Parts: sequence; structure tokens; C-alpha cells
Amino acid sequence: MSALIQSQANETFVLNLGPQHPATHGVLRVKLTMDGEYIVEAEPVLGYIHRMHEKMGENRTWAQFLPNTGRMDYLHALAFNHGYVALVERAAGITVPERAEYLRVITTELNRVSSHLLWFGAFILDLGGFSPLLYAFDDREHILDLLESVTGSRLTYCYFRFGGVYNDIDDNFVPGARAFIKRLRERMPMYHNLVTKNIILMKRLQEVGPISAEMCRKYGATGPVCRGSGINFDVRKHEPYSIYPEMDFEVPVYEQGDSMARYMVRMDEIEQSLRIVEQALDKLPEGPVMAEKVPKILKPPKGDYYHAVETARGSFGVRAVSDGGNIPYRLKLRSPTFSNLSLFGEACRGMLLPDALALMGSLDLVIPEIDR
Amino acid sequence: MNGGAIKEKLAAGGVLAVNETEYARKGFALDMQVAPEQLLAAISVLDAAGFFIEAITGVDWLGEQAALRKEAETKAATAAKAKAEAAVAAGEEPPPIEPATEQGELAEDALEAVYDFNHYEALCRVTIRTRVPRSKPEVPTISSIYPGANWHERETHDFFGITFVGHPCLVPLLLPEDADFHPLLKDFLP
Repeated sequence: MSALIQSQANETFVLNLGPQHPATHGVLRVKLTMDGEYIVEAEPVLGYIHRMHEKMGENRTWAQFLPNTGRMDYLHALAFNHGYVALVERAAGITVPERAEYLRVITTELNRVSSHLLWFGAFILDLGGFSPLLYAFDDREHILDLLESVTGSRLTYCYFRFGGVYNDIDDNFVPGARAFIKRLRERMPMYHNLVTKNIILMKRLQEVGPISAEMCRKYGATGPVCRGSGINFDVRKHEPYSIYPEMDFEVPVYEQGDSMARYMVRMDEIEQSLRIVEQALDKLPEGPVMAEKVPKILKPPKGDYYHAVETARGSFGVRAVSDGGNIPYRLKLRSPTFSNLSLFGEACRGMLLPDALALMGSLDLVIPEIDR
Repeated sequence: MNGGAIKEKLAAGGVLAVNETEYARKGFALDMQVAPEQLLAAISVLDAAGFFIEAITGVDWLGEQAALRKEAETKAATAAKAKAEAAVAAGEEPPPIEPATEQGELAEDALEAVYDFNHYEALCRVTIRTRVPRSKPEVPTISSIYPGANWHERETHDFFGITFVGHPCLVPLLLPEDADFHPLLKDFLP
């Protein structure tokens, strides 16, 4: 390949993918240097919807920043909520009532399923299959309805508060969630029969876009991307938070490192998340959903704090520096897709353009979270 | 591998000042302050131990030196006042108020580059900090060791203006391509 590139160095051309392109799912631009149908060089260009959330964090109180967290990863907003409130609770030493922790995990896991369902539909759409999207959205709609009844919103959730959650569930939530689990479990074999075992999909994904475990490490890839490359790393197991240690679930890991492996990881994760929700519903304790003594004006002690959570796309970390005041001195948001996308340039070198799009889809990009 | 083992390795690699922190309270196991010249050595130790790069960021410590001096002055003043009161209470002549000692110019405030590393197998998040003067913020790049650092360093350069010496392409990543401002500096005015 390299000899080919060298001999035809002046026969390459530059192709712009995006910023408005259906395959980039938002405003991501990729500057591709092409040699015919092959990619010689790929450079993602970011920042089209950069909003400087980190600066906003330095301009408002700890609590006022809460709504921002739901506006980064709009597909798994509750996990971002969770990461931020858990950080502030760690810094200020707030204990959360058990029922609130259960509600957090139930809603976060349902949100993870909805995120994976949307990814599933959009990914197959990238590859040219239209109808799975409609099936996935049908299922996802049930989750949105469920979550709307508890959180009050359908997409950019802001449900968690320091010390708990702002609203207890109503009587319809538990039966509704159980009915949904039953429904999706019945539909998963259909997804596998229609899509996973489809020969066209297999040919498009198997051995396409290999990512090695070493590449994951050098670029800091987390989430399904690293688990598709044989790395057993899930923050929920690795540095357990909330009530995850009490839950019985497995972390799906596939060794192949190709796009199919990442696809399989997410499909298996849907089932594992359903397992977690089911167990949490069984064990859901009675009690308050808010800690009693949370100060109105929060002033975490001076120092550095870090908290990581597992989102649908990987490890989301918040690093805060507090100067003892009611406003964060510094707030760093480590978003998983930023690192996952950074390996794209190296991973897609020498690939065919349609294969690179399959690789990009298998990374599950959410642009507002990359650009922050 | 645990915090202790990697701490020993780092100490053997010639890196000074490694502090173990309380994980449950802080969220990271090792907190380490290095000089910019020691940075590459420290990162190489982590690379050899199989760590992955989590993030790079900065903190602007504008006004820190002035705050430190003020704190020291208040401390001295309270001590002097207490001494005088004790003297009056003992029926003695209160000591004359000493004129404030002349203090030199404030030391320059620092920009801090913060590197977070984590391990896929062991629970061991390592934080490395290096401080550089605000007027000449230069840190060597680690993108030759961790290619993933490339974007993190570009982002940090965008936000803080820290120059990563030897970086292959230090152009704005998230900010507009002609941006010449650094919004996370504490003296930034929009």
C-alpha cells in the first residue's frame, strides 16, 4: 500500500466528508485525502458546535451547571447527569438515599438501551438498510415515554440532583418498565434474525475497520470500542459506583476488533442493561429520594476531585478543582467519543471509503459530546 | 498492579514528589507533581506499565501568589495582635507595632498542565501535574509516546495557550481556525 501511495503521490485528491453529511450524524467534517477509492489520510475537523461548556462551568454555581450536562451527550444524558452529580457528591461528602441510587441506575440503564437502539438504527441506515431504523425507533419510543413520566423530558434530561433525584416514580412506572423489558426481550431475536445474521451486514462489517488493543490504549479508547478489541474495561465494574456492585451483570467482550465486534458488544449490552433494570426493579427499596441535609449554597472543600461513569459510549470523567467557593474554579469534562474518534485517522488509513463509513458508524459518534 | 507498585517504579524513574491520595475521597490514586523536564520520563514509565491516556487539561492559577502572600500577611497580623493583647493582659507595655516588612515582587503565577492516566486492568488513576510560568508556558509534547495526546494537547493549547513543544500540528481544534484567544485563562475577556 505504501509503495502505491508513494508512486502516485501527486495523483491524490482531497474529499470533504461533511460537515453536513448524513453519515457523520451531526456536524463533523472529515478531510479525506483519497487515492481513487482508497483513503490515504483522514483528518477529522471538529468544533462546529463547540459551546465551551467548561467555561460555562466557571460562571455559574455548582447546581446551575446541572442542565448543561444533559446537553453534551444528548443520547445518554442521564449518564452525564450521573457523572456530574456523583462528582459533586464526592467532593461535598453527600450521602444519597438508597432508593434514589436505584432510581438513578434504573433510568440510566433504560437511557443506555435507548441510546444503543438509536445507534443500531442509524448504523444500519449508514450501511444502506432503512427499515431497522423504524423498528428501533418504535422500541425507543416506549423508553422515552417511560422516562418522560419520571423526568419530565424526553431527551435532554436533568433528573438527578445533588443528594438524590428530584421526583419519585409514579405507580405506572414499574409495570411499564417490566412490560418494556418483556417486549424488547421478545424482539431481540427478531433483530438478530433480520439484521445480525444478514449476510450483507456480515460482509460489510466482518474484518472491516480493525482496531487493535494497543491502539485503544495509545488513544485512550473506552466503552464498546475497547470492549470490541478484547479489553475487558467497564467503569461500572472497574471502579464501581452507585449500586452497580450489587447488580449481577456481565461485560460483553469480543476479541476480533472489527466493526462486527463493536456491533455485537452493543447488542449484548442492551440485554445486560435489561438485566440490570429488572434486578433493580425487584430490589427497589422504599424511602426518600432526596438526602435531607443538602445545603442550598454548596461549597465543596478546596481541592481536586475526579469521578468517572460508564456512558453508552465509554468512560465519561469529570475533573473539578474547587477553591472552596460556590462556583467551580475549573471543570474538565472528559468525553469518551473525543478519544474514540481520535483513533479514526490512523484506523482508516488504506481503507475503502464505504468501509471507512462503516468504521465511523461503529464508533457511535455523538458530535455535541465531542465538541462540548 | 496497585498504586504502591507504580509509585515505586515512578520513583525509580527519577520522578520526585509522588503522593498517594485517598481514592474514595478524590477519585484518583496517585497525584504527582513533576518539572516539565521530567515529564517525558514519567510518561514513559506509565507507558511501559500499560496505562492508557484519559485526558490532558490545564488549570490557570492566576492570583495564586497574591492570595498566598495575603494569607501569610493576615497570619502574621493576627499573631502580632494576639501577642500585644497578651502583653496588655499581663500588665506590660504593649510592644511597638512593627512596620510591615518590605516584600519583594510577587513570584509569577503558574499555568498547570494536568495529565490523567488510567489502567484497563488495575484500579489506578494517575494524575501528573506540571507547572510552567504564565509568561512562557512551554511543555514538551507527549504525542510521540501516546498519539492520542495529539488532540488533547491541541485542545489544551486552544483553551490555555500552553505550547506543547515538538507537537506535529498545534493548530486550533475546537476553536475557530483563526482563534488567537484562550478562553479558559482567568484574565480572558470575551
